[in-house]
Amino acid sequence: MSVAAVENNKFIVGLYDHEEKLLKAIKHIRSKGIEIHDALSPFPVHGIDPILGLKDTRLHTAGFFFGLTGTTTALSVITFISKFNYPIIIGGKPFWSLPAYIPVTFELTVLFASVGMVTTYLIRNKLWPGRVPRIFDKRTTDNLFALTFAIDDKSSADIDKIKSVLGETGALEINTKEFKDSDEPLN
Amino acid sequence: MSTYESPIREALIKGEDTNYSKITDDIVRNTEGTPPMAWMIAFALASATALFGVFCLFYTVWKGIGVWGLNKTVDWAWDITNFVWWIGIGHAGTLISAVLLLFRQKWRTGINRAAEAMTIFAVVCAGLFPVFHMGRVWMAFFIFPYPNTRGPLWVNFNSPLLWDVFAISTYFTVSLLFWYSGLMPDFATIRDRAKTARRKMIYNILSFGWVGTAKQWQRFESLSLVLAGLSTPLVLSVHTIVSFDFATSVVPGWHTTIFPPYFVAGAIFSGFAMVQTLMLITRKIFNLQNYITTAHLESMNKVIVLTGSIVGVAYITELVIAWYSGYLYEQYAFYNRALGPYKWAYISMMTCNVISPQVFWFKKIRRSVFYSFLLSIFVNIGMWFERFVIIVTSLHRDFLPSSWNYFTPTWVDAGLYVGTIGIFFTLFLLFARTFPVIAIAEVKSIFSSSAETAKSKMSDPQDFSDVHSHSHDGGHGAHAAVHHDKNFNEQ
Repeated sequence: MSVAAVENNKFIVGLYDHEEKLLKAIKHIRSKGIEIHDALSPFPVHGIDPILGLKDTRLHTAGFFFGLTGTTTALSVITFISKFNYPIIIGGKPFWSLPAYIPVTFELTVLFASVGMVTTYLIRNKLWPGRVPRIFDKRTTDNLFALTFAIDDKSSADIDKIKSVLGETGALEINTKEFKDSDEPLN
Repeated sequence: MSTYESPIREALIKGEDTNYSKITDDIVRNTEGTPPMAWMIAFALASATALFGVFCLFYTVWKGIGVWGLNKTVDWAWDITNFVWWIGIGHAGTLISAVLLLFRQKWRTGINRAAEAMTIFAVVCAGLFPVFHMGRVWMAFFIFPYPNTRGPLWVNFNSPLLWDVFAISTYFTVSLLFWYSGLMPDFATIRDRAKTARRKMIYNILSFGWVGTAKQWQRFESLSLVLAGLSTPLVLSVHTIVSFDFATSVVPGWHTTIFPPYFVAGAIFSGFAMVQTLMLITRKIFNLQNYITTAHLESMNKVIVLTGSIVGVAYITELVIAWYSGYLYEQYAFYNRALGPYKWAYISMMTCNVISPQVFWFKKIRRSVFYSFLLSIFVNIGMWFERFVIIVTSLHRDFLPSSWNYFTPTWVDAGLYVGTIGIFFTLFLLFARTFPVIAIAEVKSIFSSSAETAKSKMSDPQDFSDVHSHSHDGGHGAHAAVHHDKNFNEQ
């Protein structure tokens, strides 16, 4: 899969009706040296990442660091307040007592990790309210699985080759989809 | 690609002719067309009750907390009882979505969406009580530590009540994020089959423009897994901290180290009962018996009988430890709890929480819709009494016998409680009508292994002869995947 610097506008869309067929098709197509633009599915297909050549996401690593930020923030703010800015005598107890701070520190760790991760997830996946996505085929959120191939700079021989290989993999339908500009309204 | 599942395991998606589009149809149908009559009647009732609750909130703010039945001795009663009850109910949602995800329990997919929605609405209802108990609700933000002009004046980080502020607000935020991140793909499904432009626009906004590329799904799964991992200790911490509100005090009957696990078990117990109540209503109104099956009910009832028994052990432990402590005041607190003026509440609690769920040891009853519903109501009642018993019986006879008192609720107390039930059901019914009430994508993801149609093919003995001959050219490492391929290659 490639992340093209220039946005592609013309695509071939191959549709499949079962996840196992999709996985076999990806293997077959990649073995023929054809580059797959993307795969679309109505639910996460297990085992698709290595077959498609996707690198593992680093989202969970980001989550760890967001959590660490939460822990540090909680401990330093509580320390500043309880020890320095507002030391208050409660039955002669120490101004700074770690065990009492564990609950709040834990909650803030979880809060920072979750909010940070979800924010990163939305940014990286390009998701926001009102975003108008490119829909290759409406049925990919219902019952079909799709493989897309960018063909803007492909010769007609290349295109024919993609179509014939798609045919070999038992694709249900092979369609061509062209987007007029990047802000295609919902179709 | 573990699409093979033992035929002994019961199918989680019923129906002879199910496939991916039928799943979409069955679940999305509830958000289209006119709502069923049963929904409209339920909504009218719920919203009327909610309005009365809102009126009681206004009345409380207008007149002051004095309109509640609190007195000098029992200065904490229905408000905190309701708070703990609602928070506890909320816990089942997180447990189902997070803990069962970590344990890879496939039956989770049929009910997790609604259970998570229930969590959020329950936390909303719970939050109302402490906020309105403050009296001057417009100053509620004082509970957060923020730099202010009142000199160096900060909240007390040693107080469990402050821990509660952090726990509940974190819990609400994380539950909402978890729930919504799962909803986006399903909103996209509704968008892509919408007929009108307005509907398309609304559901596109709700879906955040989801399309379902391989990379999106990869990040989706990573996010779900980490959020589940974070929510699991979170949910335990929240009710632990709620129990600290009592356990760190010096009131006999509250000052016990057993409270954290006992509260957590009680929370799961009451929450599963509420999920059971809601799912039985939802599957009936929206005809979802194929997705919320008797297998789901049975699994839920198993959790209910387990947690109910844990709660029962906790009750008995408290009594035994009080006796064993040899400490007169502790002994009296528990004697008074079980046999004092609130004996009726203690008996109700014991009957509903400990004795009645034991019938779930019988498979017939576990799988019966009628008994599941009836007992889920019993458990909800019982768990409300548990909190009432803990809170009021410990307070009403305090250290000075001259100030011993009996708590009687006023109509405002009752109105607020019933009102939050109305708010809860109003929100839930709106959710069930406009949102996909079952996680569409997640149900589809277990289809190949757990649907009745897929399983019937698996158990076909003829398939076995093909497994070996096929596995050489199949190239798939997993036996199971090859086994499955055969069925689809025939088409």
